[in-house]
Amino acid sequence: MSKLQALAGNVMNWVDDRFPATKMYKEHLSEYYAPKNFNFWYYFGSLALLVLVIQIVTGIFLTMNYKPDGSLIPGTNVSVAFMSVEYIMRDVAGGWLIRYMHSTGASMFFVVVYLHMFRGLVYGSYKQPRELIWIFGMMIFLCLMAEAFLGYLLPWGQMSFWGAQVIVNLFASIPVIGPDLSVWIRGDFVVSDATLNRFFALHVIAVPLVLLALVVAHLVALHEVGSNNPDGVEIKKNKDPKTGIPLDGIPFHPYYTVKDIFGVAVFLAIFSYVLFFVPEMGGFFLEHPNFDPADPLKTPPHIAPVWYFTPYYAILRAIPSFLGTQVWGVIGMGAAVMIIALLPWLDRSPVKSIRYRGPKFKVALVLFLIAFICLGILGAKPSTNLRTILAQGFSFIYFGFFILMPFYTKNDVGSTPVPARTTESNTQRQLAFLAYTALAIVGSFVFGKLV
Amino acid sequence: MKIKIAQILAAFSLILPVALPVQASTEVALDRSPNDVRDVESLQRGAQLFANYCLSCHGATAMRYNRLQDLGLSEEQIRNNLMFASEKIGEPMRAAMQAKEAKVWFGATPPDLSLIARSRGADWLYTYFRSFYLDSSRPTGWNNTVFDKVGMPHVLWQLQGNLELKTVEGRAEAKGAVVRSWEAVEHVDGKEKISTHQLVLTKAGELTRLEDGKANTFDYDKKVADLTNYLVWMGEPAQVTRERIGYGVLLFLIFLLIPMTYMLKKEYWRDVH
Amino acid sequence: MTNQVDNSKRRFLTLATGAVGGVAVVAVATPFIASFFPSERAKAAGAPVEVDISKLEPGQKIDVEWRGKPVWVVNRTKEMMDNMAKIEAKLVDPSSEGSEQPEYAKNKGRSREDRANVLVALGVCTHLGCSPTFRPDLAPADLGAEWVGGFYCPCHGSKFDLAGRVYSGVPAPKNLDIPPYKYVSEGVLLVGEDK
Repeated sequence: MSKLQALAGNVMNWVDDRFPATKMYKEHLSEYYAPKNFNFWYYFGSLALLVLVIQIVTGIFLTMNYKPDGSLIPGTNVSVAFMSVEYIMRDVAGGWLIRYMHSTGASMFFVVVYLHMFRGLVYGSYKQPRELIWIFGMMIFLCLMAEAFLGYLLPWGQMSFWGAQVIVNLFASIPVIGPDLSVWIRGDFVVSDATLNRFFALHVIAVPLVLLALVVAHLVALHEVGSNNPDGVEIKKNKDPKTGIPLDGIPFHPYYTVKDIFGVAVFLAIFSYVLFFVPEMGGFFLEHPNFDPADPLKTPPHIAPVWYFTPYYAILRAIPSFLGTQVWGVIGMGAAVMIIALLPWLDRSPVKSIRYRGPKFKVALVLFLIAFICLGILGAKPSTNLRTILAQGFSFIYFGFFILMPFYTKNDVGSTPVPARTTESNTQRQLAFLAYTALAIVGSFVFGKLV
Repeated sequence: MKIKIAQILAAFSLILPVALPVQASTEVALDRSPNDVRDVESLQRGAQLFANYCLSCHGATAMRYNRLQDLGLSEEQIRNNLMFASEKIGEPMRAAMQAKEAKVWFGATPPDLSLIARSRGADWLYTYFRSFYLDSSRPTGWNNTVFDKVGMPHVLWQLQGNLELKTVEGRAEAKGAVVRSWEAVEHVDGKEKISTHQLVLTKAGELTRLEDGKANTFDYDKKVADLTNYLVWMGEPAQVTRERIGYGVLLFLIFLLIPMTYMLKKEYWRDVH
Repeated sequence: MTNQVDNSKRRFLTLATGAVGGVAVVAVATPFIASFFPSERAKAAGAPVEVDISKLEPGQKIDVEWRGKPVWVVNRTKEMMDNMAKIEAKLVDPSSEGSEQPEYAKNKGRSREDRANVLVALGVCTHLGCSPTFRPDLAPADLGAEWVGGFYCPCHGSKFDLAGRVYSGVPAPKNLDIPPYKYVSEGVLLVGEDK
């Protein structure tokens, strides 16, 4: 045994002389000190990484049998691309499992990322000195949206086709260059085989490469400045004078690796439940009309984007066209996404965490959350006069949250001062969290039923 | 402070119901389909019906004949009862009619039915099969209450017989040979105008009966339930396997991996104070 | 507040969780590995093929596609069978000890005893996978005066007799493969299945 260990040690030394393996292991795992008070919200970073891996691996296997070919199979009105997805679902051994992992993974990616972003919002993780982490994160979010949009065309069903048609036509509303731009994006006068092929190339290689590079940048930046925590306390300010280790920090490995593994197990249970029992998630993860092959001559009665785009889609529809152009809706939708990136400079509060903020931010955050969820619900439904008016109201709240932030966060400090050291969670906080979550779910459900 | 946020949220959720008028729906309600993809005998009957009545015009290009072995049918049974003579057992279910000819006949290519249950839903199909009625204004002579101006004729009419659609103003009781009855609400000059639509069985088919002026559609409903069941199964032949594996995976995760990782985390975190 | 760490418990839990996690990884890998095997479509395309040989004249050959490969069916004449017996000395493995064939075709004629005249062979050269050409002609100019009919591979010059047995001194190492086959009726042959 000791001989074997000595051999392993020698091999490691040989590698370390040529590649900083041990150094990297220490820097990012065994001697990366993370605050010890991470709570529930801090699972979603590692879970996002897990889902990214799931998507890449399943995606690679799907490309082995998928065919980006919009032409019709002779004697039928079904395209080769559409049928190749069904080929995977029926004829390839284990294919249905791989495909459902990918389709469930796509939606779960957004679930995890939205919760991850909300965590940053609540605990002020974007504030100085973590602005770049936030910017990289927003770029990842943009890539993810592009990836989801491009990938959604590939099954070449009715929703794939008409969803792409509508979104690409948004670009046509840009003054002067718009019409030519949309033709350029499609490579044809309608969404066609050319569009399908380029979207496939972008979906499977171009965007994922950028995404991976950004994830590396996001993590490198994070490990440079260190993690924030629910108290918004900088743990590097309190170091053990002898060892130089933050007093409130614990090594990422083993403490957060074992904790994150537990998080992964729970997440996988939820993921598997969806995958094996409700893969369509009632039409939200896989939309029913997308089981009809794409038909360029027949629009489905109601086109809705997949659930994770609906808040922005609702904003798009809420903004009327004026001055003879509908570009305003497009600008509004783009701005709704981009404005999130400005948070580090909009937030003027002297404290990071919501725990030590004043009432103004808390009210604004609740209103924002309500607006975001309700916009999401409205975006999934066909528009009516009432829904448009509601969506307009919620859009005002959405933008108001950001635009007014410099004013209401200034000097908005709560009654409890920020502690010098991190604090532990307690029953009261946990109960409050459960109550808010329940309220948000029930509230969303009620709203969804009513409108 | 925490309580205040909760109060605001609660207040908001209370205001909403008052502020929003309840909307009336004019869509035809769908009947609940009694399908069960584990009922192999029903699926076999459904497959037979599908091969006899649907496959001449519609294809199911994603479905291979030999996959019907999942339903407990032997290759011999499939070959003798469900296939056209010229086809091979491993081939997909193609329509007997070519797409181009069909377009000439019906004005539109009949859709491929491989995934019809996943796009339309079982309830819609079950209702659709039972909602054809005579309509002389249509080229085929048939119309459907859940699919207005449907291009296809009522292929199962010999089994179901003839239905006619009757509309009465105001509310009306479902009497006599009424098979389905529903109310529609229209808004005319700000007033609600209610009318009642009724599908009436006017001539019994092979699987329906008119007894003392009343319609008995039990056998026909059962037959189309089998067909619906088959279509649902064909939409995703792996679905039974999928759920079976799912139980194993969830049991493994919930009773093994989650507790073990939890104990491991607990054990390590005893160091953290 | 104790700092006592029970290392054996910790090691046990780590190993146990690792084992359970390993099971999970294997389970997850299964569908991915399975997806590399032939799909239902490939299997359907590779299904046994029925061949009508009722109109196959003596001395003629027909080609059948089975699993994407050429399968030859040759109706050998009495003369051809007699000639084959004469050249056995020139063959590497006349009694097919080292080649691939079903048990019922492991004989000199490499065919089923009840229909010894019919050869069913996989038309793929055992050298590098070309498909040899059928050369039933006697003593042609290019193959020499001693040629009594057989198969000649244009790629590297391998020669086989009319039972698919390889000549010695050519690149191909062994006799042509014989696929499983059976007679469904008098004139109908099924290639790919013998049960």
